[in-house]
Amino acid sequence: MTIALGGVPIVRTVDLTIGEGEVVALLGANGSGKSTLVRALVGVVPAEHGSIRLLGAPLGRTVPWHRIGYVPQRVSAATGVPATAYEVVLSGTLHGHHLRPPRDARERACEALASVGLGAEADKDVRTLSGGQQQRVLIARALVRRPDLLLLDEPVAGVDLPSQQSFAVALADLAATGTTILVVLHELGALAPLIQRAVVLRHGAIVHDGAPPAPQPEHADPEHVHLHPHDDDRDPARDDPGLTPTVRWRG
Amino acid sequence: MISDIAAMLGDPLMQRALVVACLVGLVAPVIGTYLVQRRLSLLGDGIGHVALTGVALGWLVGTLAGLTPNDALAIPGAVLAALVGAVVIELVRAHGRTSGDVALALLFYGGIAGGVLIMSLAGGTNANLVGYLFGSISTVSTQDLVLTAALSVVVLVVGIGLRAALFAVCHDEEFARAAGLPVRALNITIAVVAALTVTVAMRVVGVLLVSALMIVPVAVAQLVTTSFRRTMTTAMAIGVVVCVSGLTITYWHDASPGATIVVLAIGLYALVAAVRPLLVRARRNGTRDPHPDVADDVVLTSGGER
Repeated sequence: MTIALGGVPIVRTVDLTIGEGEVVALLGANGSGKSTLVRALVGVVPAEHGSIRLLGAPLGRTVPWHRIGYVPQRVSAATGVPATAYEVVLSGTLHGHHLRPPRDARERACEALASVGLGAEADKDVRTLSGGQQQRVLIARALVRRPDLLLLDEPVAGVDLPSQQSFAVALADLAATGTTILVVLHELGALAPLIQRAVVLRHGAIVHDGAPPAPQPEHADPEHVHLHPHDDDRDPARDDPGLTPTVRWRG
Repeated sequence: MISDIAAMLGDPLMQRALVVACLVGLVAPVIGTYLVQRRLSLLGDGIGHVALTGVALGWLVGTLAGLTPNDALAIPGAVLAALVGAVVIELVRAHGRTSGDVALALLFYGGIAGGVLIMSLAGGTNANLVGYLFGSISTVSTQDLVLTAALSVVVLVVGIGLRAALFAVCHDEEFARAAGLPVRALNITIAVVAALTVTVAMRVVGVLLVSALMIVPVAVAQLVTTSFRRTMTTAMAIGVVVCVSGLTITYWHDASPGATIVVLAIGLYALVAAVRPLLVRARRNGTRDPHPDVADDVVLTSGGER
């Protein structure tokens, strides 16, 4: 599969199959094409060549969207008009041609918020929540469908360590019930014990597929400063067609 | 005083005008809430400009066909042009990214200049033009009333019936796409409903101020609300109140109803914005620490007792 943005190939000839119940981490430096790959998987950006099958169905109307949860990479869950955390999570109950929330939507939304530790924040305006809490609202929005396949794009970026650990516990519970999970990460961190398989992208191609690799020594150094300029690696080509994925943060 | 109000309510012209004002005040903020949410507050303005060309084209066709009155096709022309304009704007928004801004500007100015030009070709006077630019609610006919009511019902049914789906698309288009929602159809729906709203509201405040009725009540409401649903209902209530009171004022004081309504709404915004800090402080008074109770990320050696 090849994905191009603005005519520049961002992800090149990726052939990846994830089995049912697997927990896979997608790793790679900023600009290596991780987010683009995941966004193509759920149909947000089109694939140039090749095919994508989700839960056995080709990408399109026949995909059982209610079984798929997606957490986009986002700095904020807020928009121009106030919306409560509950309302944002409720929008996760819609899928395909189900344009109205199901009957039990209210309980499910409250349950999903409680599962990310935001039960008490349900009726608060998402604009007043912290960045980490907003990220958890977006995770709850994906969990509200009780998905069989969960795609997460840097779900723990900007989330403090205790919340990362409680998130890891929640993911472990899901994995134990047979949920397939593909998670984009910078470092394994709190999720390390869960990850069964790691796929590493470099310059838009797979360079490793197998057991989780050890981090770069400098990353393991406690003094190492982790930068998370996440907005920059979303679509390098869209803003500047001259910028190719070979541009990396470290030379 | 009471007899004055009775006289106002007894005037059939005023009765029709009041009903139309009520409907417009109720309907305009519904779609306005979605537009503010996706930061497209000026879309209504753009559609209004294009609708003026539709009015003028309808007028021209009416004159050429020898219809009486010769503006019989003005409103249908506006509806048509607004629909086409809204869909074009949506397509430009969805496809062109950087050039969208300029394309929209071309559409806006083309719409208003074309409208003025065609209107003069059709033999319309400046007075006719001003009626469409700034509204002419005092000349509402029974036929206009029926059309306004029908369009209002459509807007309310779609805007409130599909609220969850429209919210999802406006809140996070990427997520909506990844949920398999018919994002393009929903976007077009928003554009079409916005176009219908513009043509409904045009009668009251005119094409130049039409967007104000859609946006300003929402701007006022979101100063005091925390939820999307509450924002929409509050904005609808504000819309009705400013439309009816603005119209009532101009029954006694000779002024443009459209301009009075918009000035009232903006005055309300200023008032609420000024009073809000007091309201918010009163609400927060006596509540606990707003910070979440989470353990520290770092080990503190001194001064860190909890």
